[in-house]
Amino acid sequence: MNWSQFFTSSVGKKLTMALSGIFLILFLIVHVGLNACIWANDGGVMFNKAAHFMGANWVPRVLEIGLFAFFLIHIIQGLVLEIQNRSKRKIGYAVNLGNRGSKWYSRSMGILGSLILIFLVIHIIDFWIPSRFGGLTETIIDGKPYHNLYAEMKYKFSEFEYRHIVIVIYILGVASLFWHLVHGFQSSFRTLGLTNHKYINMMIGLGWAFSLIVCLGFIMMPLSFLFGWIS
Amino acid sequence: MEHYNMNLTLKVWKQKDGNSKGGFETYKVNNISSEMSFLEMFDVLNEQLIHEGKEPIAFDHDCREGICGMCSMYINGRPHGPWQGTTTCQLHMRAFKDGDTIVVEPWRANAFPVVKDLIVDRTSFDRIIQAGGYVSVNTGVTIDANSHMIGKDIADKAFAAATCIGCGACVAACKNSSALLFLSAKTSHLALLPQGQPERNNRALAMVAQMDKEGFGSCTNTGACEAVCPKEIEITNIARLNRDFAGAGLAADIKE
Ligand code: SF4
Ligand code: FES
Repeated sequence: MNWSQFFTSSVGKKLTMALSGIFLILFLIVHVGLNACIWANDGGVMFNKAAHFMGANWVPRVLEIGLFAFFLIHIIQGLVLEIQNRSKRKIGYAVNLGNRGSKWYSRSMGILGSLILIFLVIHIIDFWIPSRFGGLTETIIDGKPYHNLYAEMKYKFSEFEYRHIVIVIYILGVASLFWHLVHGFQSSFRTLGLTNHKYINMMIGLGWAFSLIVCLGFIMMPLSFLFGWIS
Repeated sequence: MEHYNMNLTLKVWKQKDGNSKGGFETYKVNNISSEMSFLEMFDVLNEQLIHEGKEPIAFDHDCREGICGMCSMYINGRPHGPWQGTTTCQLHMRAFKDGDTIVVEPWRANAFPVVKDLIVDRTSFDRIIQAGGYVSVNTGVTIDANSHMIGKDIADKAFAAATCIGCGACVAACKNSSALLFLSAKTSHLALLPQGQPERNNRALAMVAQMDKEGFGSCTNTGACEAVCPKEIEITNIARLNRDFAGAGLAADIKE
């Protein structure tokens, strides 16, 4: 069995989704951790320094390439899987099993993932591109110039004329991420071969906790700016 | 529970053969006893149709005691009907009440093409088994049954997996039309036992390859299969198969 036979098999595709998914889960921890720097409430000094480190140090830069690669793999394989799986039942049922057999979010990974993808594109255009390729104002911290990503966020979420629309899009994006994670977190460990109920139950619990904490963390950020909880 | 009679409306999928376009037909059946099985109710309906000079409804069945896996009916949106852990033949009419409308469809999956009415072709399952769902046994003197010590917990797990009757409800319920619950039950009951070890790797690889060839979808762990399986085969078997497949696939050399 060569690599392509392995990864194009139905179980191989599932493994690809699980492994790239777990990498992305790890990335979320880093991302939400960096965001949390805004609550230092120091006018963005800590946050801008952290953002600068992510863009300037070679370790996160190399990881960033891996991150984009895993994002692409997860997105492309996910979309392909969704399309292929949908084509396996040419004639559908008149009455559907629906929630009697499975949770709605476990059946909606394709749609939830697509919503996250739309959000991701908006998010990258809003913040990642200006922070890497310029377009941000400068701020001086300890006598050195830094990109003022903090000011950009503050503008987008508390001053921008369409800020309410932006925030609604953010909340919808993060809500999609939440339900995607609730299924994806535990499902990826099943795919890797977890058969012991003791650990499966632990992973389901951990999945809920992780999804809640991470997604609340993401949503609190625009809300903190909007309601002026931080300056 | 008290015995009662009921009048029912049935909406049943009728299809002449694999090449024709099918559609629902509506039938009325009266005086159905709550003690009848679902298939007996269909027998009554078919008798009635024959008397009326109409064509009876074609449906699969054999043992009528929950062991052969033939009675594939998708009843009111659920394979094998509303009861947990029950095949269509073991479903009784006391699950319904007077005046109910019951919709009956065949299993839907490209890999299970409709032969006629409610009968689907499930030979794809046979080919998956033929690909590796067995142990090779050499002839010779009979080996003492107790020469292999097997822990009770392992024996129980293997037995639970071995109770799969190959009915296909898991495929019918799955949004991806995946056959992985069936396949993993068929690999697990051997993979858990010492006799299944020599062919364990090849079994996982060959059966998955055959499943993909038959046009089943890819599992996404929704759990609908486990919820409807008449033998309550656990979804943890799928995780075991995933692990076996990954191990075997990574270990196998290019030409294996
Ligand atoms: S796993 Fe259950 S639902 Fe699937 S074929 Fe076996 S007995 Fe039927
Ligand atoms: S007819 Fe044999 S299991 Fe139902």
